[in-house]
Amino acid sequence: MAQTADPPKNSGFFYQKYLQVILRNLVMILIAFLLFGIILLLSGKNPVLSFRDIFRSTLGSAYGFSEVIVAMTPMLITALAVAFPARVGLINVGAEGQLYMGALFATWGALTFSGLPAWVLLPGMALLGMLGGGLWAFIPGYLKSIGLVNETITSLLLNSVAPSIVSFFIFGYWHAPRDTSTTSNFVKSARLPTLFGTRIDLSFVLAVVLLVLFWLFMKYTRWGLEMRAIGGNSQSARRNGIPLKIYLVSIMCIGGAIAGLAGMAQVSGYYGLLLANFSIGLGFMGFLISWIAGGEPLGIFLISFVVAVIFTGGNLLQLTQGLPYSVINILLAFTLFIVLARPTFFSKRRRS
Amino acid sequence: MSLLAVLGVISSAIYSGTSLLYTTLGEVIDERAGIVNLGLEGVLLVSASLGFAVTKTTGSPYLGILAAVLAGGLMNMVFGYLVITRQANQLASGLAVMFFGYGLSALIGKSFVGAKINPLPRYVLPGLSRLPLVFSSLFKFDFLIFLVVPMAVLIWWLLYRTRWGLGLRAVGENADTAFASGRNPKRIRYQALLVGGLLAGLGAAHLTIAYTMAWSEYMTAGRGFIAVALVIFSNWDPLRAIAGALIFSAAVAFQLLLQSSGAQVSPFLLNTIPYLLTILVLIVWGGNRKQSAPASLGRIYLGSE
Amino acid sequence: MPATPTSHALPGPMVSMRGITKAFPGVLANDGIDLDIYPSDVHALLGENGAGKSTLVKILYGFYRADSGSVLLNGQPVRIQSPADARKFQIGMVFQDFNLIPAFSVAENIALFLPDLKPVIHPKEIDHRIEEISTRYDLQVNPHALVSQLSIGEQQKVEILKLLLSNARLFILDEPTRVLAPHEIKALFGVLENLRKDGYAILLITHKLNEVLECADRISVLRTGRLAGTLTRREASEEKLIAFMFEKSLAGLNRHAHAAARSDRPPILRLTNIATHSLGAQVGLEDINLDIYPHEIVGVAGVSGNGQKELGDVILGLQKCSQGHKELFGQEATSWSIGRVRQSGVAFVPENPLQMAVTPYLSVLENMALTRSRLYARLGGLRVDWGAVQADARESFVRFGFSVPSLFVPVRSLSGGNLQRMTIARELAFDPKLIVGSYLTRGLDLQSTLSARQALLDARQAGAGILLISEDLEELFTLSDRLIVLSRGRIVGSFLPTETDNYTVGRLMTGAKV
Repeated sequence: MAQTADPPKNSGFFYQKYLQVILRNLVMILIAFLLFGIILLLSGKNPVLSFRDIFRSTLGSAYGFSEVIVAMTPMLITALAVAFPARVGLINVGAEGQLYMGALFATWGALTFSGLPAWVLLPGMALLGMLGGGLWAFIPGYLKSIGLVNETITSLLLNSVAPSIVSFFIFGYWHAPRDTSTTSNFVKSARLPTLFGTRIDLSFVLAVVLLVLFWLFMKYTRWGLEMRAIGGNSQSARRNGIPLKIYLVSIMCIGGAIAGLAGMAQVSGYYGLLLANFSIGLGFMGFLISWIAGGEPLGIFLISFVVAVIFTGGNLLQLTQGLPYSVINILLAFTLFIVLARPTFFSKRRRS
Repeated sequence: MSLLAVLGVISSAIYSGTSLLYTTLGEVIDERAGIVNLGLEGVLLVSASLGFAVTKTTGSPYLGILAAVLAGGLMNMVFGYLVITRQANQLASGLAVMFFGYGLSALIGKSFVGAKINPLPRYVLPGLSRLPLVFSSLFKFDFLIFLVVPMAVLIWWLLYRTRWGLGLRAVGENADTAFASGRNPKRIRYQALLVGGLLAGLGAAHLTIAYTMAWSEYMTAGRGFIAVALVIFSNWDPLRAIAGALIFSAAVAFQLLLQSSGAQVSPFLLNTIPYLLTILVLIVWGGNRKQSAPASLGRIYLGSE
Repeated sequence: MPATPTSHALPGPMVSMRGITKAFPGVLANDGIDLDIYPSDVHALLGENGAGKSTLVKILYGFYRADSGSVLLNGQPVRIQSPADARKFQIGMVFQDFNLIPAFSVAENIALFLPDLKPVIHPKEIDHRIEEISTRYDLQVNPHALVSQLSIGEQQKVEILKLLLSNARLFILDEPTRVLAPHEIKALFGVLENLRKDGYAILLITHKLNEVLECADRISVLRTGRLAGTLTRREASEEKLIAFMFEKSLAGLNRHAHAAARSDRPPILRLTNIATHSLGAQVGLEDINLDIYPHEIVGVAGVSGNGQKELGDVILGLQKCSQGHKELFGQEATSWSIGRVRQSGVAFVPENPLQMAVTPYLSVLENMALTRSRLYARLGGLRVDWGAVQADARESFVRFGFSVPSLFVPVRSLSGGNLQRMTIARELAFDPKLIVGSYLTRGLDLQSTLSARQALLDARQAGAGILLISEDLEELFTLSDRLIVLSRGRIVGSFLPTETDNYTVGRLMTGAKV
């Protein structure tokens, strides 16, 4: 009968708890908006108008909503790329670099095999993307497993290397005839199909499927159980005969492969080409989202949504209020500050 | 290639290395007290934009430097509140500060993009004034450049020859032991972050007011992360940080040289050198267990009951 | 040095503890203990592990607060609520695992605790002070060496120097000899003698009789949280102290009929000349030769920290041996992975289940499944058959006569006894061929203790070989077919339980020569 290791009955208590958490989060976001309003006031803008613009350009219209989905897609995947290794206690700060390497490998596929039909080319690019990200994550994973260097430092340092490698290939070999900083547009068969006539592409579906799979994997499978055992107490997991090193390396690589997939989705879906420095912090954003969500798939989805709303709203703010686009980072940061300042509410597993 | 070109490249390497060294010194202090500040990139951006804005508005580069330094300290205090008082995760908080810096600096610098400022006065290196003007003009440096190496020595002295430095390093190694010796680890960590922030502010000020003399969004271009890498590379030692900054600057200089000589080496690959070198150094040290990262780097100090 | 306390009878006690009582959940660690510590006096606190020695001194040093009782300093009542208070009253303590910063030099570690350190440090001046005091007390150590490069004995010297320079008058040393080599112990006693001459008071925790008799002026013995008695050196003798420490009558022990007949089959476990490197405060094993046959319980007696953990880890494959080899079930197994050792039928009940056997935030059920996750996996691993886990878990609890706890609560919420029962139920459930059990009945009530012991005997009946690590001599004598004594990582004695007695084993455990 019982298919999980959970208590058989689910009382109303849990729903009440969820409600509390959601309510508390909403209050925090409200505070962040208030603080941002003050900043806007100080810089001579009308906060009410600004907030109206943010709302209109995101949740206020079908188009706006679709843009939010577009923005949240890569965050979902990179957050997963951090959350998965986090379950065994690995701190993957390297999703940014893994994303770049995934994009690089996928682009190679798109440029080299452009004659292939989409049903061959796209899965191939996805695999290449995962290979690129996975290889990039193998370096920190392996160095960690042999006890040489901590994965946090290595994955962080490699973040700064990957964009340079991407630039090297673009500027050196792959660039478009007119613009040295990007490749030419990919052929149609190398583009992820879009949905509902919006800019939402297949990678959103993929991201959601991956999140659900992640949840199922951790909850139901034998490997999920062993991963939770490692994450909770690697000492006893070892004594109980769980092969620690193999898990550490392979899970770091899988995390990297997921980030690489996000890179593939960016070039194949969102941009349709590879451009230098295409991501300013998508991987870092994924780290933050995963951290705040405590690595929980539902939390990742909700927080990615909120962050995407903020980012998408920033676009219109730029147009109507004459503010630089990146000013929206302030609102984002305020939200993060407030959430981080109350860690006990969110993360049960505070890692040192 | 002419001697002049070579010297020109070296001169610009010194300029680019200076801000990096100040920033690295700041991060050395943070990390010696046990705190990794990944928000450095954001701190630099805010300091740089504010320093530039104040210089432009008041016409005084010195006021600009002061503003940048104070902004650096203030930004680190925000970070400190999160990681020390609220005991939030250091990596996540650092990244949040980074995003904050992206936004705030864009807002501050909005109306100063493309503006021109009074440069910081530059002085000829003593002894070189008798050289022909074309040479000596290459070796005219502002006071921040002259101060940077003494500053590294000063920081070393502070860390290794004062009671404050001893306590600070003890906090970074084992906050409980530091507490047992009658010190307040939280207060010491705040102090470390303050000093580190001031130094980062100085680095940012040099970058924008003395070196580039211009402001643009994301102008720090990853310098915060380079500084974090250099701290590791220099084994958390302020004196070795000089060497680290020199090596990095040399890589930059080398890159410029190659470009000016028309060699076919991509600057992008050269960009990766400092990071790859740091990883290599870590592997070598890790193997020999010589690495001297502060033992409780990144750990939250929960305090004692 | 026949300096008896009576020869300096005039000064009153420097520190007096009166009626100290401290309870932890489930244990009364200290029960109305009175203790007087005199200047110019080495006072040894003797007792088995768990007798309450550490708790008592940690109360004195302000780490714990007593539930009741008082501390008097030179006759005046004082309140010691933190280590800082203790240091203010010139009480210093050297912890078992030390409190030094490995990355700092000796001088830096000492300077950190100098009460009169100036804002600007003059290393020469500090070196000079260290040198002065270290020559005086024969505590030579290079002030510029990094602590991480020092031997354990040298680190201890640094700790003592630290206390001397921070003006402590009472030194508490928690098992200072545990990790020292014999010549280092000798040197330490020399230092203590000098300190005593200069009027310092020394409180020394140990469970080694010979050392106590060698260096102490006054000996207090604790047993299960109570003061069994205080003797002066003159009154003390080995026999008296052992009687105080163990006080368990050998008569009337209900020994099971030992099926001592060894089968002709190969041993389940054979360790040949095993040695391990000692890391830091760890004890290294040396020259371990041990066979365990089917139908046999081998008891390992010894004071904890003498290589028991390492022995278990070597058998499990967690620790690599620097020398020697290991056979399991007749096969060469020195380099087997832990997973392979486990799957071959080795059960393991570690000394500290919360840290070494379970994942605290997973549920009881999930922890029950952990060691056999491959067998409970369905669809190649995509699903875990929790129904089967539940059924098996319930069955094994019932089989061992334990009450079934809630299977869905996180393990960290279990009491110590429940946790121990869970670990035993999990490990013994599937007829293991070799059982390595440390302190198997620690924290169990009488009923569960009997159940656990019965489970071991049943396993033996079924043909298992069992390595039973314990400090409880009664348990070892009751259950073992063979008894070995471990001291400093070596096997110092091997007996049939009928050939020996508590006294001999107790002497070997506490480091005396037979």
